[in-house]
Amino acid sequence: MRARLQPEDTVSDPIPYKPQDKGAWPPSLFPAYTSTIKRSPKKPLVIIPQTLSEVTGPVYGHSRIDKDDNDLTLGHAGEPLGERIIVTGRVLDENGRPVPHTLVELWQCNAAGRYAHKVDQHPAPLDPNFTGAGRAVTDADGRYRFVTIKPGAYPWKNHHNAWRPAHIHFSLFGSSFLTRLVTQMFFPGDPLFPFDPIFNGIPDPKARDRMICKFDLDTTQPEWALGYQFDIVLRGRDATPMEH
Amino acid sequence: MSFGQTPSQTVGPFFHFALPNEKYETLVTDKTKGERIKIEGRIVDGDGAPLPDAIIEIWQANAEGRYDHADDQQEKPLDPTFHGWGRSATDKDGRFRFHTIKPGPVPGPGNTLQAPHVSVTVLARGMLKHLVTRLYFEGEKLNADDPILARISEPERRSTLVARGGKDGVYAFDIVLQGDNETVFFDV
Repeated sequence: MRARLQPEDTVSDPIPYKPQDKGAWPPSLFPAYTSTIKRSPKKPLVIIPQTLSEVTGPVYGHSRIDKDDNDLTLGHAGEPLGERIIVTGRVLDENGRPVPHTLVELWQCNAAGRYAHKVDQHPAPLDPNFTGAGRAVTDADGRYRFVTIKPGAYPWKNHHNAWRPAHIHFSLFGSSFLTRLVTQMFFPGDPLFPFDPIFNGIPDPKARDRMICKFDLDTTQPEWALGYQFDIVLRGRDATPMEH
Repeated sequence: MSFGQTPSQTVGPFFHFALPNEKYETLVTDKTKGERIKIEGRIVDGDGAPLPDAIIEIWQANAEGRYDHADDQQEKPLDPTFHGWGRSATDKDGRFRFHTIKPGPVPGPGNTLQAPHVSVTVLARGMLKHLVTRLYFEGEKLNADDPILARISEPERRSTLVARGGKDGVYAFDIVLQGDNETVFFDV
């Protein structure tokens, strides 16, 4: 390997983040997902250097987390219907370093496949004991943990007989404006994967698999809830300053 | 062990009970230093139809041109009442709004100076990945030498990033996802 000059990290020319992985980041236009057709730019994106404006970003200041914000089964008169689950994992960067103290926002439909949202007209029952929104902040190790119920699959009108595989939405900030990520977590072995244009909008099949959580018996709590592990990897810096 | 990036997926249409909060549209308190401004805008698709289900986020420096972030090591004062992040979900007419302050200029590549600007993230149903752009301010002298605006090879497209107005502190910034007058989006 050729020795590489260590770049200097300055406010004018900060050490850049690695580019978006083209196998993992979908195109704006993916006609099988019909809503992309009118909502994608036709002109090429303009390439710009990463400046101080991009390598900085919101760091958990905007919302304080309350105890129980990470337990979606609480806060109502009773317990929600459905299969109780624990979803936990680490937020890492591409260099394998934990991303600590970063906000993780999560939302989902109920066990019957219905969102607590006025626009959702799927004729499945609402659950008075489930809203489906949660928040957590990662610990020093980059770990987060949620308690929720397994969401259901639901139909959408993208094409004839279109159904979304069960999923949980995740929103993360990471350490900079460039590490912003909104994604979806899927469950292992879902038979709907081959038919979902949102899942398949990701070019690289290996990258798609990174959106599927793993069942984990050690995370599972006896007589109480199944456990799933879901690590999330955000863009990382190209090179890190030399440690003296 | 591999550390491949987790892919981006659409925010979908059903985020309203989880992500937005009216308080995220106001970045300032009574004590925040700087020129108070309101940013108002509308986002439309390739047919000119408004997006009633988009979410716009902004990130900006304080009035002195310093970001509230550990990687900003400039010797400029932080403002403890200003953190620089906002989020606004569009209404049925595709409109969003922010109450903030005009940011100061910040350093750019090679010891240049960037004109005052706000970084913008656009998320919506029908967008598998979010788009990023910037908002600049009409009448700002530094725009002419801004190193990022200069990257836009068709000068007439630069105007899509310049918020209009400024009278009474109100700036209008529309986002056109596709077609005539399409907003410039960045790959960064």
